[in-house]
Amino acid sequence: MEHIVIIGNGIAGITAARHIRKLSDKKITIISAETDHFFSRTALMYVYMGHMRWRDIEPYESWFWKKNRLELINAYVETVDTNNKTLHFKKGGSLTYSKLIIATGSVTNTFGWEGLELNGVQGLISKQDLEKLEKNAPNNNVCPRAVIIGGGLIGVEMAEMLRTRKIEVTMLVREDGFWANVLPKQDAKMISRHIVSHGVDLRHNEELDKIIGDRDGNVKSVITKNGEEIPCSVVGITTGVKPNISFLKNSKIETDRGILVNRKLETNIEDVYAIGDCAQQREPISNRPPIEAVWYTGRMMGEALAQTICGNPFEYKPGNWFNSAKFFDIEYQTYGWVFSAERRKDYEAQFHWKCESDLRCITISYNKDNNEFLGINTFGIRMKQEVFDNWLNEKRSLDYVVKSLKQANFDPEFFKRYEREILKEYLSLTETVT
Amino acid sequence: MSTVQRNMSLTGEPPKTINTQQKIASFIGLLGLMVLVLAFFNLNFPNKSLWLTASIIAIGGGTVWFSIAAYANKHEGIKNDGVYFKSLTSKGFWAWILGIFLTLFYVLLYWFPQYLGLAQDGNNSGVVALFDPLSQFLNGGPASQWFLYGTLYTLAILAFGIKFLLKYRHNKYEKLRTYSVMFFQLGFAFLIPELMSRLNSDSFSLPYYDLKNIWPLNYYNFEQYRVDSFISAGDIGLGLLIFGVASIFIITPILTYKYGKRWYCSWVCGCGGLAETAGDPFRHLSDKSQMAWKVERWVIHSVLVFVVLMTTAVVYSYLGDDSSKYWLTKNTFLISVAVFLTLVFAGTWIFKRDELKKDAKLGAIGYFVIIISLIGFHYFSGTKLFLFEAETLRQTYGFLIGAVFSGVIGVGFYPIFGSRVWCRFGCPMAAILGFQQRLFSKFRITTNGGQCISCGNCSTYCEMGIDVRAYAQKGENIVRSSCVGCGICSAVCPRGVLKLENGPLEKRISSNEILLGNDVDLMNYVNK
Repeated sequence: MEHIVIIGNGIAGITAARHIRKLSDKKITIISAETDHFFSRTALMYVYMGHMRWRDIEPYESWFWKKNRLELINAYVETVDTNNKTLHFKKGGSLTYSKLIIATGSVTNTFGWEGLELNGVQGLISKQDLEKLEKNAPNNNVCPRAVIIGGGLIGVEMAEMLRTRKIEVTMLVREDGFWANVLPKQDAKMISRHIVSHGVDLRHNEELDKIIGDRDGNVKSVITKNGEEIPCSVVGITTGVKPNISFLKNSKIETDRGILVNRKLETNIEDVYAIGDCAQQREPISNRPPIEAVWYTGRMMGEALAQTICGNPFEYKPGNWFNSAKFFDIEYQTYGWVFSAERRKDYEAQFHWKCESDLRCITISYNKDNNEFLGINTFGIRMKQEVFDNWLNEKRSLDYVVKSLKQANFDPEFFKRYEREILKEYLSLTETVT
Repeated sequence: MSTVQRNMSLTGEPPKTINTQQKIASFIGLLGLMVLVLAFFNLNFPNKSLWLTASIIAIGGGTVWFSIAAYANKHEGIKNDGVYFKSLTSKGFWAWILGIFLTLFYVLLYWFPQYLGLAQDGNNSGVVALFDPLSQFLNGGPASQWFLYGTLYTLAILAFGIKFLLKYRHNKYEKLRTYSVMFFQLGFAFLIPELMSRLNSDSFSLPYYDLKNIWPLNYYNFEQYRVDSFISAGDIGLGLLIFGVASIFIITPILTYKYGKRWYCSWVCGCGGLAETAGDPFRHLSDKSQMAWKVERWVIHSVLVFVVLMTTAVVYSYLGDDSSKYWLTKNTFLISVAVFLTLVFAGTWIFKRDELKKDAKLGAIGYFVIIISLIGFHYFSGTKLFLFEAETLRQTYGFLIGAVFSGVIGVGFYPIFGSRVWCRFGCPMAAILGFQQRLFSKFRITTNGGQCISCGNCSTYCEMGIDVRAYAQKGENIVRSSCVGCGICSAVCPRGVLKLENGPLEKRISSNEILLGNDVDLMNYVNK
């Protein structure tokens, strides 16, 4: 019987396993050194915040794995011998496969700063990171202040986590607005103000120079590029993620930053595939980056690859881009492409509306040559993916989208609606232009 | 139940935050409670109206102040920080203390009201006597243990309702729903019946009637003493009796069809009202396992069958045989019950069979056969209806379901099993509404395409123990009998994935193998 072995039990690997099981009776083994069971990585923060217990962030009960004949191995794969189709474990022992799926996700990306090895310096990606944070920052006696390096999604999660335990947080952000390398400026600025309102000492245009330790090897302070020293007990490194592929160093699998794959998610070696955060497309797909480290893309690659493995070859061909996040109390959803200042295309223009409360705003991007709708960022107002997906496929105009925004609303019943206000602002702008 | 893993920490303890103001407020609330406890131990307060007022104000005011101190200085938004660290909300020491305290209170209330100070003849003493002035003021008579209970119940819904309003002040759905349960509790459950009893005289007497308390939740509504009393009270009484029948057979089906069972369970009902307000801090304790769901389906429908049998037997027992005296005779009644149940069964079987799972089919056939054969048996062999005396059935139901299940387990165990144990496993009204909601209703919770990140907040904070995430991560609508439409899953979702909606019946239930956002060809290929 064909033996499918999956390294990694995150969303990509588990989705692939579930779909292969639905389509076939192949033997499936899932290997992870992180946890016994799949958990929702995006929910790590809620365990530290006391919203949920560990087992609440596991989407499947423990009987699920046996019932679906998904064999689980808790081990670290040290080497991949593709000639003999064999994996060797760090703790000893080996496993042979017929087909191998690598879905090992990401590790924290660092920039070689001095002091990274000190106790108290950490990222927030794995269960082990969460345990580390629980140890490093259990309360504000042990950890009166933490400094977070980098303003992205993990950074803001970490800030929110630490604030629930009344730990002072300083964030060093290179840009002049939060996540401004991704968000348009006005969106980024609003999020910055919201983060500050939660008692975070947010420093824009500021970068880390080095981390200083004490005699016992613990973090004592950080020094910024501007020369300021900030005392702290924890340094959160949240300057992005990179593929977790160091175990492939001596294998024949071709890698760049990630594992190089074609559109069918095949690597250069036959019967070896890579999906999720660790995969790197040889040719980027439309506007997408070659490495997509997002929950949804991991899941979609798993869905596509399962078909290929089970004899219905499908390319990874994602639909319209979408993503979501939450910045403290402000929910964010995006559909299509809305680019930040530095990544904006020549043809892209944007319409922005912000609510008086400073807690809601939308930014719609469009092609200034033909007014085609390109994408939307929505903060504090929930909107329907299906509606925007259709509008993007139908290449609707900006005009149409702003006027039909009501159809896309997904806020709970009785919530205040803002479509009229948005339309009014839109009309007043177009009037002044023409 | 497995033990609760309180945190992941090996070294330090995370802070359990309760600020100084909250401490003072708790102290004031406890002082108010202390007055009741002292009265319980027969300390005779001189000026009862004054002390009762002080006690109620201290309890209510303490709770409200506590809530203001807890939430007012925080941003609008979800307030679940530390829920699993606090002893009271994570089945720790204080949870057990509160559980035991509440349970003891219910035991006294139901079976030993004399210890609360209720006197059969003569003057009340103890804590019941403390409530005499308020009772005199409202209905003109002395207090009973039920008056005491009703007052405290209403106080709890109002005070903790305000707490809930502050906690969810960013969410208009939650606010309106809470105003609604507070209104129905204060008006319909408390004030109106008390004032109505003022109208009673020697020649005119209406039974105590909370109009929103519908049979079969109000399992005693059609008992002989009440029906006699309704009929003897002329047009008003008859109107109320007709309203009672119409509530369950006409009003309920229409509203449930349009809005789902939430119109009742989380907007009107008193049990639901308490669960949503005072019970809110315990909502996450409901058991989410698939096993619990299986148990739930059997238990709640068995209670429904029990209440139908019991009520049929009771009504049957006081009806006459002579159709010339009154049109509704024993025979007519029994035959109508059999015909009605057959119609419901046949209709469901013919039109909705495909939507029933195997155990639902087994249960439906099994219970249908049992009820109909019991009725047939009675006709052909002349044995007692349903093998037991109607009175025995009535008392057993009142004890097991009315008192032990809904009171002691339902509320007493809030801090251990969560706030909706009764609503989920026991309430026959919820069973009927749930049956309608699952099969004949426009209500559903929709999911937003492929945006779910499987985080589990929705499932964790579902008081009914529904594994909401299991549906959301498949892009599937949530259409479940037990869902009371509280809206909290939607509120706590960090990615805006869930929405409570009333919509068309077509495609109300559909699941997607491949979620929105992926390859259109792949979605079409697999989801067809």
